[in-house]
Amino acid sequence: MAEQKKLAGYLCTGCGIGERLDVQQLTTIAVREGKLASCKTHPMLCSAEGVKLIRDDIDAGQVTHMMIAGCSRRAKIEAFNFPTVAISRANLREGVIWLRPNTDANRETTQEMANDYIRMAAAEIKFMSVPKSSGQQELNKRILVVGGGVTGMTAALETARAGYPVHLVAEEAQLGGVWNNLYKRVPFRAAAIDVVRNNDADLPRPEDPGIADLTAQINAESLITVHLNARIARTSGAPGRFTADIAIESGSTVTENFGAIIQATDYKPYDASQLPEFGYGKRPDVVTNFELEKLAKEANGAPIKRPSDGKEVSSVAFIQCAGQRSEQPGHLPYCSGFCCTESIKQALYFREQNGADATILFTDMRTPGAAGEDFYRCGQQSMVTFTKGKASAVVQNGAGLKVKFKDLILDEDTELDCDLVVLATGQIPHNGPDPYAQLAVEEAESEEEKAAARLKLENAPPSILNLDYRQGTDLPHLRHGFVDSHFICFPYETRRTGIYAAGPVRRPMDMKQAMEDAVGAAMKAIQAAENAARGAAAHPRVGDLSYPSFRKEGCTQCKRCTVECPFGAINEDEQKYPVFNESRCRRCGTCMGACPVRVISFENYSIDTVGQQIKNVEIPDEFSEKPRILALACENDAYPALDMAAQAARTGNGIELTPFARVIPVRCLGSVSLSWITDALNSGFDGIVLMGCRRDDDYQCHFVRGSAMAAERLSKVGDTLQQLKLETERVAVYEVAITDIHRAPQLINDMATTIEKIGMSPFKF
Amino acid sequence: MGDLNQAMIEKYRTSFLKEVEANVEEGEWVKMCMQCGVCSGSCPLGKFWNHPPQEIFMMIRAGKREEVLTSDAMWMCTSCYNCVVRCPREVPITHIMHGLAHYAKRLGLTPKNQPTAEFAQRFWNNLLKKGRVNELKLGVSLYFMNGIGPGVKTAIKMAPVGIGMQRTQRMSAMELFGGHAIKDLKGFHAIMQKAQELEALRIAQYSVAPRPTA
Repeated sequence: MAEQKKLAGYLCTGCGIGERLDVQQLTTIAVREGKLASCKTHPMLCSAEGVKLIRDDIDAGQVTHMMIAGCSRRAKIEAFNFPTVAISRANLREGVIWLRPNTDANRETTQEMANDYIRMAAAEIKFMSVPKSSGQQELNKRILVVGGGVTGMTAALETARAGYPVHLVAEEAQLGGVWNNLYKRVPFRAAAIDVVRNNDADLPRPEDPGIADLTAQINAESLITVHLNARIARTSGAPGRFTADIAIESGSTVTENFGAIIQATDYKPYDASQLPEFGYGKRPDVVTNFELEKLAKEANGAPIKRPSDGKEVSSVAFIQCAGQRSEQPGHLPYCSGFCCTESIKQALYFREQNGADATILFTDMRTPGAAGEDFYRCGQQSMVTFTKGKASAVVQNGAGLKVKFKDLILDEDTELDCDLVVLATGQIPHNGPDPYAQLAVEEAESEEEKAAARLKLENAPPSILNLDYRQGTDLPHLRHGFVDSHFICFPYETRRTGIYAAGPVRRPMDMKQAMEDAVGAAMKAIQAAENAARGAAAHPRVGDLSYPSFRKEGCTQCKRCTVECPFGAINEDEQKYPVFNESRCRRCGTCMGACPVRVISFENYSIDTVGQQIKNVEIPDEFSEKPRILALACENDAYPALDMAAQAARTGNGIELTPFARVIPVRCLGSVSLSWITDALNSGFDGIVLMGCRRDDDYQCHFVRGSAMAAERLSKVGDTLQQLKLETERVAVYEVAITDIHRAPQLINDMATTIEKIGMSPFKF
Repeated sequence: MGDLNQAMIEKYRTSFLKEVEANVEEGEWVKMCMQCGVCSGSCPLGKFWNHPPQEIFMMIRAGKREEVLTSDAMWMCTSCYNCVVRCPREVPITHIMHGLAHYAKRLGLTPKNQPTAEFAQRFWNNLLKKGRVNELKLGVSLYFMNGIGPGVKTAIKMAPVGIGMQRTQRMSAMELFGGHAIKDLKGFHAIMQKAQELEALRIAQYSVAPRPTA
């Protein structure tokens, strides 16, 4: 039953709003044009007294839908937190008075700006409702961890210790995975703070790998169930209600339900047979760093012997970046980030166990991690020779080997005799196939790209998660086969909600970093399970209860929403209608923007909530010299940038914004419907500026693909403009970062300049 | 001295770095250099060196014994300590440079007519005689370091300075004849004798004893 909407407005006159604007005019507009039942004013609405004013009205049942006019919707969210009513915010402070100069000449246009924001907020609120969770939710505290290496083991332990039951699925017969061969590990701690910086200081040394200890802890933990020699045969569902079929050793299948999933499948060692110049595969005394650990483990503290004839090694050379950081075919283009410390550790084996000369040939020594620099110093202190040089070949030299290299400091070609050569090779993510590999082949723009995409598709590894999602079986990749999770802003988050990536599967890293990663992913998985139980969104709209719904009778089954959803949240039912798995949804609205028949909406964000704002802007006639510019700004970056621009302008450090702009925040540029653009142009807007986040490989889009989808869609907007016989310059799309506090208002001002040049829109009535 | 050099070559055949560690003042620090090059960039005289400090350290590790010890580079150090202040590894680079120079001199490998080495020797000899530096004698001997002609030329050029200093009693021409000594010259010589004995003992501990000359 549709509830009676009770509309009311609250206007704050604090922070200079009362002095700069005609408050009487604003309240009149809210009531007369905005059709709000009332519009109360308060000199400081966010104060306890002001909040009480609103609270009392809500408690008295006088208001279900309210407009708050005052500061930006990003400010005072704690004060104006009324979860039982729908709220729209008119941004008069950051959006108007702070961005406009306080002069008599500007008073009229500034007031018009404020008037419009009141009209817009009043229109928006009529089309909003209070989000309520769908009722599909259940709390499932069980977490699935895929991968039995150090990352997976740590994730399982951390999750269990937080009180959440875990199923740990390992492909191997024992826990430890790729880390099992380690003889020792790179130390986890830096030197004590009071250790002097001397050449005989007490510095961290290689330590026990700790796998046995970790295994014992897992076995002792009653909340962890371990499945060895097991694989995931099928995963379905959504956060809070995942179902996984675990194929176990005996050939039978265990089916369990989970709240969230962590993929910690670690890495695969690089195949060094692609390095013929170093004689790998041809000469037994050329080994990889992974193989050396096995030799060291066999020696178990005694001198390490070379494989060819069992002679104790008396000199060893390490070749760093072997098959890495190189664009050559078959090489890894990236730095694996763990091999420098790994080689120092292995060189120390030889110094301590063999008393051998150990030389590390490096081009750039990089030692990330807590012990990093101290461990480097430890190697130097123990007389490991560090030579800045680039190795070109390894050749036989009697019974031993000769490494040819260029000394980069002394700038000369030289060589080094040794018994053993260790190639510091890299990590390859142990991932399933990229669900978009097929799409990449279809969408490739050049023959070269197509060939590369096809090669990737043909060499795709077997699936790990076997998701029954519409968009493929595994986590999407970004570059080099690593799971797409934002390196800086949102690690662990993948493009499949409730499934988190941890460890080298998302970027190359050493054991310590992998363990830290595991802790982060465990926390995110727990959060996802709990959020799913409440029907609340995960990152970045954490806690949002709204979810997409669609009008089935209007749907044409075009599948655009199911294809474009960056998170693969939407499946299809038997009749090819979309099925919105709301707990997989991040609430970006990309589906809404994609839908050509506009049937998808959220309770508090829809085609109408924005469309009505656009329609309610007052458009002065063609001869008024007052153009109108619509700016649709991403709420994650561009809108905050404009808010900050306002703060800067207020203190005299920023630039003012043209009074002709009307800014509307959108959840993501991906949610922008082309109907908004045509509506705006038809109702007489002179220019439209769309501001989203940086897209593609170096994306900053909080919804990963949202801004890319928008760019794709908007690339065709020129046709629309031409059909309307309008200049294509009237619509501009920009990538804006949150730091662009001068650029963001400037881009809108630029549009004003453009309109001055090309003239006003003829579509004014 | 040439024999000491030969003995050292034989003893440290495989590792010049170890030889430096054992024989050069602060030589144990050479292995801690991480080749960042800040020292070379900081050296005000760097562009006049044939091998800046970073390169010298790399050459030591690469076993380029002959090239390092006969190099002119470490003699160019003016002890400004800029490199020591800036070295992220806190390597006492200045000390090592002087240590290398000293070691090269002990082995008789100092480059011929190296002005710094020449000056250091003159300074030392001058100081030992009277327990204090006779600046007039040291200065005049430097004028004539490169022969009589250039010496006379420099002396004439510097004459007004000398006369000025004489007038203001900053210098006495009488110092040319003998010059005055410190109070207990005998005691000073005994101290120096003892110090040299101790130094010889220290060197002998680290390195092979010089073979008796045939």
